[in-house]
Amino acid sequence: MSVQVWTYIIVGITFALYIGIAIWSKAGSTKDFYVAGGGVSPLANGMATAADWMSAASFISMAGIISFTGYDGSVYLMGWTGGYVLLALLLAPYLRKFGKFTVPDFIGDRYYSDTARIVAVVCALLVSFTYVAGQMRGVGVVFSRFLEVDINTGVIIGMIIVLFYAVLGGMKGITYTQVAQYCVLIFAFMVPAIFISIQMTGNPIPQLGMGDTLNDGSGVYLLEKLNGLSTELGFNEYTEGSKDMIDILAITLALMVGTAGLPHVIVRFFTVKKVKDARKSAGLALLLIAILYTTAPAVAVFARVNLIETVSDKSYDGMPEWFKNWEKTGLLKFEDKNLDGKVQYVADPKINELNVDRDIMVLANPEIANLPAWVIALVAAGCLAAALSTAAGLLLVISASVSHDLIKKIFVPTISEKGELLAARLSAVLAVCVAGYFGINPPGFVAAVVALAFGLAAASLFPAIILGIFYKRMNKEGAVSGMVVGILLMLFYMAKFKLGWLGDTPPASEWWFGISPEGFGSVAMVVNFIVSLTVCRFTAAPPQEVQEIVENIRIPSGVNTPSVNH
Amino acid sequence: MNQNISAQKYWKINLKYLSILLFIWFISSFGLGVFFVDALNNFNIGGFPLGFWFAQQGSIYIFVVLIFTYVFLMNRLDKRFGFED
Repeated sequence: MSVQVWTYIIVGITFALYIGIAIWSKAGSTKDFYVAGGGVSPLANGMATAADWMSAASFISMAGIISFTGYDGSVYLMGWTGGYVLLALLLAPYLRKFGKFTVPDFIGDRYYSDTARIVAVVCALLVSFTYVAGQMRGVGVVFSRFLEVDINTGVIIGMIIVLFYAVLGGMKGITYTQVAQYCVLIFAFMVPAIFISIQMTGNPIPQLGMGDTLNDGSGVYLLEKLNGLSTELGFNEYTEGSKDMIDILAITLALMVGTAGLPHVIVRFFTVKKVKDARKSAGLALLLIAILYTTAPAVAVFARVNLIETVSDKSYDGMPEWFKNWEKTGLLKFEDKNLDGKVQYVADPKINELNVDRDIMVLANPEIANLPAWVIALVAAGCLAAALSTAAGLLLVISASVSHDLIKKIFVPTISEKGELLAARLSAVLAVCVAGYFGINPPGFVAAVVALAFGLAAASLFPAIILGIFYKRMNKEGAVSGMVVGILLMLFYMAKFKLGWLGDTPPASEWWFGISPEGFGSVAMVVNFIVSLTVCRFTAAPPQEVQEIVENIRIPSGVNTPSVNH
Repeated sequence: MNQNISAQKYWKINLKYLSILLFIWFISSFGLGVFFVDALNNFNIGGFPLGFWFAQQGSIYIFVVLIFTYVFLMNRLDKRFGFED
């Protein structure tokens, strides 16, 4: 059977599964819709968090980026996993004890102010919208390459599926589909990795295969060989970095703190029963994420070696079928500059003849390694699972921000339970349509901004939440000014150095402290902390009952499940 | 009042655990994976330069262990103070 037939079969089965789960887990109340009824087991929540968290970027792009940047790619590995330590130790248990529905809920109540609530809603929406557009685009790319439908049709099919289970099931539907999606995506990521690891090193565990000797009996280590190939072609040694250390530190920190501040990740910890479960499920989530995150660098090495060996200095006419297929998508480009009919793949851009989009490494990897058609189809299904699960989680945050934080808490406090549930469903529909629109007409800045969503989260929500838990004296004036200054500073830096909205984008040499826009969230976060603490010193302490809330969330006992009429 | 004093004691011990674990978190990622990466790369485990291994593998394993250590410590602490939920 061909790849395409296999893809239709596997993607069809997984989609049917997601829809089946959605019908089974229909939401009956706002509590179901926002926090899945608050009774999700730690393991199910861990799996759902892992799927929620691992997006098309983790599944497709990350290994590809590492493949082309070697050591420098470590910032994503450490950054996107280290954040869970912060989440488990500093946020999840206390927010669960607090027992409400959303992040703006916490900020609004803790800082006894609707201004704080609205600022938090704006931050949450800004972070989530920048993130979700990229997911819908990822869905479109997979559809167009493997099912050979138009990218836009792909985006629309993806929208309908997400719409179906997010609108019907809310958080409850999303949670259980995410459990299924985790299984699909991890299986799809691991199978080709294990196959290729055995092919290249004879070691079935990719994490070890990456550091093992080659299968050809030469006794040469795989990484040694890759370092050799890289320097031969004029690239850096794979295991050595090329970025400034300060920038590596800043990016890693921004990604860690940003991860801990992402509303769609935090809100997952509102769905478990107890404080104890929140801690445990954060641990399980990271364990399940680590399976993919420790395999990705291995995949990166395998793919890099395979790519170089397949194309470097080989005749263009003899290129395998996958090469031609990806050329058609425009994601792989060959230009025979010296007209010798061979592919020169080197670091020097003047004589380099091959441009490979980093996003195709994971998708093309099974084809490059000549794996059977069903494995390639599986990778397509895994990628869709990764993109859809993250999109659904983000859409829920968006809809809850509108229906709960804005409509219920600020504009129409008298709205009935039924009315709020309807509002939640309608805002989910609206959010899907907006996301789909950006998926079909991606504004040029979306791709660039997805990475910066972390900076925005780090600069705005993270300090406000941490201070709210660990500093009893923190008041609304401090938190609001910190969030506002933090997010504006981050937006300004992005606009100036990344998006070019304020005239020409200045060169990297003009970056403040040598820190790139991706890493600037760290600086903006520190500024947020400083502003918050300074303003707080000169303004009144929070009221007694708020200080009591803080004392109360610090101990696990007496947890109250989120009530409907609060 | 009694409840209040034990709550403060509980919080102090929690903060102590947090500082120790976050110190290890900091060292294993920013320390071994970034600051000292060049020095560590002079050593190898299997085919991995050590610093590179910490940056792409080791730090992640340590993170997982850290969270489960915290879960264990806090469950024990909750029991000691009778703060289980």
